[in-house]
Amino acid sequence: MEERCSNQPILQTKELTKYFKTSRGLLHAVDHVNLSISANKTLGVVGESGCGKSTLGRTILKLIEPTSGEILYHGVNIESCSASKMRDMRRKMQIIFQDPYASLDPRKSVKDLIADPLKVYGVSKAEREDIVFEIMKTVGIAERFAQSYPHELDGGRRQRIGIARALVLNPEFIVCDEPVSALDVSIQAQILNLLMDLQESHGLTYLFITHDLSVVRHISDEIVVMYLGVVVERAPSKELFANPLHPYTKELIRAIPIPDLKPEHKLIHSIRGEVSDPIEPPARCRFAPRCNYCTDACMGCQPALRDMGNDHYVACALYDK
Amino acid sequence: MDSNLLEIKDLCVQYKTHNGTVYAVNGVNLTLQKGETLGLVGETGAGKTTTALSILRLLPDRIGEIKSGSILLDGEEITKISEAEMRNIRGNKVSMIFQDPMTSLNPILPVGQQIGEAVLLHTDLNKEEREKRVDEMLTAVGLQPSRKNEYPHQFSGGMKQRIVIAIALACNPELLLADEPTTALDVTIQSQVLQMMNDLKKRFNTGMILITHDLGVVAQTCDKVAIMYAGHIVENGTVQDIYESAQHHPYTVGLFHSIPEMNKDSNRLAPIPGLMPDPMIRQEGCSFSDRCPKCSERCRREKPGNYTVSNSHTISCFLYEQGDADKEEI
Amino acid sequence: MLGLILFLIVLFFAIAAPVFADYENEAIKQNVYEKFAPPSREHLLGMDAYGRDLFARIIFGARLSLVISLTTVGASMVLGCLIGSLCAYYGGWLDAITMRIVDIFLALPMTLMAVTVVAALGTSTTNLIIALTISMIPPFVRIVRSAVLQVKGSDYIEAAVAYGSKDMRIILTHVLPNAIGPIIVQATLNLASVLLSVAALGFIGLGVPSPQPEWGTMLAESKAQMRYHPWQVIIPGVAVAITVLSINLIGDGLRDALDPKLKN
Repeated sequence: MEERCSNQPILQTKELTKYFKTSRGLLHAVDHVNLSISANKTLGVVGESGCGKSTLGRTILKLIEPTSGEILYHGVNIESCSASKMRDMRRKMQIIFQDPYASLDPRKSVKDLIADPLKVYGVSKAEREDIVFEIMKTVGIAERFAQSYPHELDGGRRQRIGIARALVLNPEFIVCDEPVSALDVSIQAQILNLLMDLQESHGLTYLFITHDLSVVRHISDEIVVMYLGVVVERAPSKELFANPLHPYTKELIRAIPIPDLKPEHKLIHSIRGEVSDPIEPPARCRFAPRCNYCTDACMGCQPALRDMGNDHYVACALYDK
Repeated sequence: MDSNLLEIKDLCVQYKTHNGTVYAVNGVNLTLQKGETLGLVGETGAGKTTTALSILRLLPDRIGEIKSGSILLDGEEITKISEAEMRNIRGNKVSMIFQDPMTSLNPILPVGQQIGEAVLLHTDLNKEEREKRVDEMLTAVGLQPSRKNEYPHQFSGGMKQRIVIAIALACNPELLLADEPTTALDVTIQSQVLQMMNDLKKRFNTGMILITHDLGVVAQTCDKVAIMYAGHIVENGTVQDIYESAQHHPYTVGLFHSIPEMNKDSNRLAPIPGLMPDPMIRQEGCSFSDRCPKCSERCRREKPGNYTVSNSHTISCFLYEQGDADKEEI
Repeated sequence: MLGLILFLIVLFFAIAAPVFADYENEAIKQNVYEKFAPPSREHLLGMDAYGRDLFARIIFGARLSLVISLTTVGASMVLGCLIGSLCAYYGGWLDAITMRIVDIFLALPMTLMAVTVVAALGTSTTNLIIALTISMIPPFVRIVRSAVLQVKGSDYIEAAVAYGSKDMRIILTHVLPNAIGPIIVQATLNLASVLLSVAALGFIGLGVPSPQPEWGTMLAESKAQMRYHPWQVIIPGVAVAITVLSINLIGDGLRDALDPKLKN
């Protein structure tokens, strides 16, 4: 992984927090998350249901209003942006959704779907046509589908439309919210390749959200593991898999069924219990109830992220020596 | 162990829709012994779910139809038996579990009652004995029997799926059809549920057909594997054949290459180009020909047969027509 | 298709009415000696209780009935869409307060509300339209609001926000077109009720001022003769039925035509 001379990371979050009000109390969806992504890199955010990764992605784009914390885009805090300034910023920050069936307006043709963002910014009709057809070519949708409707196309093509729509405004930063989870394995591979090609050709920066560890390993430069709204580990991709430190990360990696018959890859399940309640969580390590290494030290408060060297950070009392 | 638990011969299933006929299953042959687990692998539209539904005759009324072929359960032909006899088999000798645990349970009935229903329908146990059985099943799937009066919404996704499995196994069926049972679950819960299914399978000696697209899950749970594409089986063998042999159907090779590997670094994946063919159009020749890197003229004209590569391993591709004469096993 | 044809026939007669009959002489002028006369060459459908040509009254009545019902439904639909979609989209206190007001209106019988308004403003066709429109807005708001709520949660709406689309634009280009199905159905259902409401109001003297011919009023007026002169009721009744049927068919067709999933 080459060292880039990073002046400033393209996106940073400082203590980003999102709580939802529920009848039983505050739901801690995202809790004091600190991230930074450098230009042209991919930060993978991995975790299981309820860990807050989707909420995190949407909060960064201010599709959900954060409860507190800062979101710095090129050093500028977009938290305090006016509505019109934010609309400007949106040209540069886009999102690709998980569900290729729900993320497209069923009443619009492929051409209209991709052209809509351009219409919003007042691009002329002639220019729109050109841009749309070019983007379609770039993402691999044949011209003959321009007048088709989403329900006439398969999942892979619909997802390509979603990608085309995200690209059409020439963004710098794209939040990919589980973009391949709903696709068949062979289509997944096609779309992953496409995303990686586009990153190179268009100089894009990705925040890649997924629950699939093998996918995140393939596409990310750096990975953040989330559990119940907090970041429990952060490391460069290879480092995380070679040397996972947090007990949860270890369990997560161990739970993946490997497609071969080697005895060392036999699936042993060792994580106990279920994810605890994200509403008003008690002040202790979030993973404590399920952790095989839990000690008294873990029950005091959620440990902070500790620098373990090699750009590897972990939030676990075990490493608090 | 001589007689097969399940034998499917040349099964052809079609759906008659407004827009035309969908040729969902085109000549499938499968066998399964007692206590064996068969992984039925394929992507969306391959026909795996249809095959499973056909066994239990759960195809949509008037639309789905078993056109031809036979399904033998314990030597008995079940495609033609009466609906009443079929009902006797469902939940009793053969059970099925589906992908989405959220919708598989009745939200207004307590879970104990749902597990008990199968027992009530198929056995003569009295109330006390039934309750005992329900408790047994709950314990077997790792849940507390004291929770049997709770409602589905009070359980998490993984627990719901376990309840679904408890219902399916309540009458100790000989065959369990599991349609992507863990796809909707988190990976740590998946490993819990798979482990549990493996244990139960051994304990009750249940045969299982596990439908999935996940080759990792197959490696960890199955004894035999059948790879389905466009309504027929393109490769069939033991799990060793599929994971350790050097000989494979080009589609199988493509599937393996589409998975990002945990242990290797690769810059780009090598996915299979294109899409599965339209199931409403009868294919001339091999259905994989459009996407196959090894496709020849003959492949487009003629349908390949099933060629034996080893005792247990068959591949439906002209490349293997000669047997393993010119290929070496590594 | 059938609906369209039927409706066009009705519309034709309504517009071309003066060609077929003389308003003053036939529809209005009473001729006691000819009352209840059976159909004849001069008077195609016979005469009514006051010796007025029934055919003439029907075709002139078409005008009023159509104008009133279409205007009412049209206006209430537009206003209902506006209020309903704003409530659903923005939620919060706007939604809460508005829906409580709507609930109150829905609790009052439509006819009673219309009566109140007409009584306050006076009897005239315009006031009738206003009264009926007001009473018709709440059901529309309800329907529109629930349709919009359903659409609002979709990913593609979030996507539109993500690429900077303004709220009003999202509502007009994405939300409403997708919510239109149930709205159209409600509109066609409402059309029938409006026609009948006019009749109800006419019955108590708050409808279209006599002697203007209007189907609803004709129905009300001839109810008393039902036993001996059933045609007096049947004929305007059939006219209402055909019109309502044609509009319903058009509504169904329109809803299907607008659904891209049914396009081929």
